[in-house]
Amino acid sequence: MKHWHLFLAFFRVGILGYGGGPSSIPLVQKEAVGRYRWLNDEEFGDILALGNTLPGPIATKMAGYIGYRVAGVFGAVTATFATVLPTVCLMVVLLTVFTSFKDLTWVAGATKGVTPVVGVMLAMLAFDFFNKARTGGLGLRNTVILLLASFVALTVLRVHPGALIAGLLLLAIVQPDKEK
Amino acid sequence: MIYWHIFSAFFIANILGYGGGPATIPLVQREVVNRYGWMNTEEFGEVLALGNALPGPIATKMAGYIGFEQAGLLGAVVALFATVAPSLMIMIAFLQILHRFKDSPKVQRMSLWIRPTIAILLGWMAYDFFYSAYTDIGWVHTLVLLIMSFYLLERKKVHPAFVIVGALGYGAVFLGG
Repeated sequence: MKHWHLFLAFFRVGILGYGGGPSSIPLVQKEAVGRYRWLNDEEFGDILALGNTLPGPIATKMAGYIGYRVAGVFGAVTATFATVLPTVCLMVVLLTVFTSFKDLTWVAGATKGVTPVVGVMLAMLAFDFFNKARTGGLGLRNTVILLLASFVALTVLRVHPGALIAGLLLLAIVQPDKEK
Repeated sequence: MIYWHIFSAFFIANILGYGGGPATIPLVQREVVNRYGWMNTEEFGEVLALGNALPGPIATKMAGYIGFEQAGLLGAVVALFATVAPSLMIMIAFLQILHRFKDSPKVQRMSLWIRPTIAILLGWMAYDFFYSAYTDIGWVHTLVLLIMSFYLLERKKVHPAFVIVGALGYGAVFLGG
């Protein structure tokens, strides 16, 4: 049953994620946190952050780890296969059977329609993380400071996202614990 | 030998590709077109175009198809394994350690401190998607889709599946020309 749910969840993620791995992030959150409650938002954030610091495709890393958490090694295999296999099969079949598919204008148009929707979902998720940081213990002032610092580091100083996250994680470890 | 080449091509491309699937595409191209000569730039472009038109992660679609074309079903399996497995194993190892110490104040602080950065990264990605929609389909369609999807997702709590299918329909009808 666990495996069936894992398969269903990540099959939906794979088949609805237009625009590559990053566009499937809000869908993974919806399934794993919202529908099946395999994780809470905090754990999802950790996975996303670590996934961003490690190389390789993000969607399969998230699927594989969540599958592993839910049902061990076979869970990881189930979730990864469900994310990847349906669309790979589609790709192989379409490319070998008829190559004119991508020239069909309505197919190209349909895919373009999804782009703003993905933007909205990502923006909503971004706002969620902002809120979670604020209410989770950082407070409004520190959250805004970290937010602006991250923005400047990523855009003006062009620090690599992986390096920024790794640096923050390191700082959090080095910082001595406060006595309560 | 071909299986080893397939493995090493996709292993190298993905272990060097920070920033998710789309970031690995130029690296895949370098291996597949320049190093091994499995296809020329034009063919690679066609595979990429079709891959972008279909749902699902892009890196694995490319790997699966190119592996299949070079060495059949086993080739596809090898290419997918090389793309997915190495970074997934590192991820599982790291997160298991983190999970074991999840009650430690240090680990809790780690999760908390990176949240604003994640918010920025997601916001940035959102902006990328809006911007590419704007250059691709113009601001009127972008704004219509933006407002409609925000209303349905946030106010009406419609499942993303229906909103995405709706957007596909909208695109097929209005954006095909």
